[in-house]
Amino acid sequence: MPRLSSQRALRLFGALVVTAILGFLLLPAIVVALAAFNGRAILSFPPDTWSWRWFAKALAYEDFRAGLRNGLIVTGWTSAIALAVGAGFAFVLDRYEFRFKGILETILLSPLVIAHFTVGLGFLILAAQLGVTRGYAVVVVTHVVLVLPFVLRSVYVSLRNLDRRLELAAASLGAPPARVLATITLPLLLPGLVSGWLFAAILSFNEFTASLFVTVQRTQTLPVAMYNYVREYADPSMAAISVIYIVATAALLTFATLFLGLGKVLNVEQAR
Amino acid sequence: MSKPADPMGSDAAPVVRLDGITKRFGDVVALHEVSLQVWRGELMTLLGPSGCGKTTLLNLVAGFLAPDVGEIAIDGERVTELPTYRREIGMTFQNYALFPHMSVASNIGYGLRARRLDKKEIGRRVAAVLDLVKLTGLEDRKPRHLSGGQQQRVALARALVVRPKVLLLDEPFSALDRNLRGAMQVELREIQRKLDVTTIFVTHDQSEALSLSDRIAVMAEGSIRQLGTPDDIYRRPADRFVASFVGDVNVLRARLERGDGATATVMLSDTRVKVPGVPLGGTAPGSAVDLFVRPEDLCVAADGADVVFHGAVAAQVYQGGHVDLYVDAAGIGSPRVLLRIPGQAAMARWPVGTRVGLALATEEAVAFPVRAII
Repeated sequence: MPRLSSQRALRLFGALVVTAILGFLLLPAIVVALAAFNGRAILSFPPDTWSWRWFAKALAYEDFRAGLRNGLIVTGWTSAIALAVGAGFAFVLDRYEFRFKGILETILLSPLVIAHFTVGLGFLILAAQLGVTRGYAVVVVTHVVLVLPFVLRSVYVSLRNLDRRLELAAASLGAPPARVLATITLPLLLPGLVSGWLFAAILSFNEFTASLFVTVQRTQTLPVAMYNYVREYADPSMAAISVIYIVATAALLTFATLFLGLGKVLNVEQAR
Repeated sequence: MSKPADPMGSDAAPVVRLDGITKRFGDVVALHEVSLQVWRGELMTLLGPSGCGKTTLLNLVAGFLAPDVGEIAIDGERVTELPTYRREIGMTFQNYALFPHMSVASNIGYGLRARRLDKKEIGRRVAAVLDLVKLTGLEDRKPRHLSGGQQQRVALARALVVRPKVLLLDEPFSALDRNLRGAMQVELREIQRKLDVTTIFVTHDQSEALSLSDRIAVMAEGSIRQLGTPDDIYRRPADRFVASFVGDVNVLRARLERGDGATATVMLSDTRVKVPGVPLGGTAPGSAVDLFVRPEDLCVAADGADVVFHGAVAAQVYQGGHVDLYVDAAGIGSPRVLLRIPGQAAMARWPVGTRVGLALATEEAVAFPVRAII
């Protein structure tokens, strides 16, 4: 019997630890979410009066509106370009054997080990040196470099899992390479392409460190606008915009899960 | 489906012709100067252990690989450099390679859509081939909702519906369980005969090869060891490898009595056996040879018959239609020999431990020179 009770104690302890870890994972979001509804103009927790007004203020604040618009422009271009470039390189790495393949792979994945501010600073110096106006293009190029490894990995893994015999079967049935690509390869890679695109979009939209270097007032993205805001004000509109951020990202992920789930229903997965 | 038209207007030319094919992968020679001709309507089997080059040969015909040396022709046209999609072949894969994102009907219609046939014609031909492989009613299913046997029928239908000049089958039955395999083999043979489609069939399963083929090419280490009908291969194997790879065999020590060209005689104890002479060329009369005897060519000696050796029954294996008896004997080459006796009587008649005298139930077998001690 003592053994049984010690087991029970252990189980209880385990449950507490897990609960605590899960609690800490969610804690920052919960604190911020509650702070957003503060009726007073201070960032405090927990609030003593409640209000929606900071949401209204955040949504009306011109810098946030511009930041959101700029962020969407940059994210749109970044995710599209990174997807095309990343998928292309993933295809080359998967299908072809050549000298320096290892070096190419290392270079393509190198942004993972280079700090974001280094990349940002590098492009800042470069843009200044070349006399390039710091418009959207510089921001987009910086973001593409940063998200490329994630897109590459995602598409590469899907390509590895693709049964090459499906393409051979299509060719044996008389389909030329372009037709095989359009009717077999791309449809079966769809989940990998979508998740790669999603990675790129979320990372780009949230990117702050490098963006701080390469954006100017005209092109600043939402995280940069938020940073500039919090340097001067400390009211709960920051918390409100954070809540909007969380809700938007969650919506995007839910949409993606539904989409990928739909992919499973459509049988877009491996035959094996 | 109607029989495909014959553009050459002649049955005399081979449908598939391989001339002096050599293929290397790095330092490994996968195929060495292989030549082979497959005739119209023939079912040619490439049989051999894994790594013998049979799959490489099939991939060369399909155009997935190009030979280093040699020429390939399909239906009289040289296709050595022609890409797969212009070769007008049909192929099934070991794992069937059905397109997972398409229905059964879309899978089967794929080759017809690639050929840009009109919708009505595609529908008509898909329906006809579904009927042929007995899958009518499953048009809208996804491959993963089909059983293994059904998946294989879809794969076959997909390859046949394009009316290929040659049908290539890569280990088509290896993923099926034993019962289904037998039924599918019979069905494949029926369909193949009905459509008269020239077929190259790759397998490592010798019983499958024997039961299905018009001709078999037994391959080992990148070359064809013997090319012949199933009966040739089984009854008159050209070398030790073919004799032991195809079917069960007992290797018994015998003595060469007389060899003159085409036929030779060997003595197994006091029994005289006729064997083909060619493999024994250069062996002096009186020397020891290895006699290869099939399990069904041995029997327990009746009274007065020539006993070739004595032994004791070591094990009985009941196989339904026949009984396998394992007999231990000394001094005849192999320490344990296998007898295959029809019916079930053997189980009661010769229990384990019984002393028996064995006799040959045939006057013909094959013999090879004794292999040097390895």
